[in-house]
Amino acid sequence: MEIIYNKTGKASVVSVSGRMDGVSAPEFEEKLSAWIAEGETSFIIDFGSLDYISSAGLRSILVTAKKLKAKNGRLLLCTLKDTVKEVFEISGFSSIVPIYESVNSAVEQI
Amino acid sequence: MSKIKLPATIGHLERLVGFVSDCAKNTGFSDNRIREIELATEEALVNIFNYAYPDGPGDLEVSCTPQQNASLKIEIMDNGMPFDPLSLPDPDLQADISERKVGGLGIFFMRKMADELQYRREKGCNILTFIFLMKKAD
Repeated sequence: MEIIYNKTGKASVVSVSGRMDGVSAPEFEEKLSAWIAEGETSFIIDFGSLDYISSAGLRSILVTAKKLKAKNGRLLLCTLKDTVKEVFEISGFSSIVPIYESVNSAVEQI
Repeated sequence: MSKIKLPATIGHLERLVGFVSDCAKNTGFSDNRIREIELATEEALVNIFNYAYPDGPGDLEVSCTPQQNASLKIEIMDNGMPFDPLSLPDPDLQADISERKVGGLGIFFMRKMADELQYRREKGCNILTFIFLMKKAD
């Protein structure tokens, strides 16, 4: 898994590529947690190059979304591949975290 | 049939999932179906890593057997504490962000992705048997 952070205007765009599994998900959670601690409150997570996500990945997203909700912040996801989208849909996570088709349409929401 | 036996620790996740993934690929499964098999397998393995051996190290064994009817049988065996993951209820999928719990999803994915899933305790071992069809029945 690779995580790239990009600050564009009001939002922080975080691009995650590779696999978000039991090994790598804690790293995502730690990085986001550190950026939240630095004062960032709006994140767009670009999953365009994410090939795989397991419950460990969903857990790290839920923990991050809960932290941001407590700070009136936002977590938006975008550009999910079909197999990743399927995991969000069957788990009900697609109704917990907003999902957008493109980075631009997510940015417009911030 | 091919099998692999490794210590039951998270550090071996990639190798174990990769083993199953290669078996599915060699059997002719599609990339999408392979992702689903990887998901079910990871969830089963992580449960074992976390709960099977509270008192010290232990091993687990994964075996893959292509079946006659365009399906793959995957068995995961450990000799840790008796644990039937299928005895647990599904999580509440409707809960909103504040109410949503972080646990329980793993077993839900195992059930959802497999065409058949069975647990048995035999000679001091937990044995989980998955059957995956090339095309998942809806």
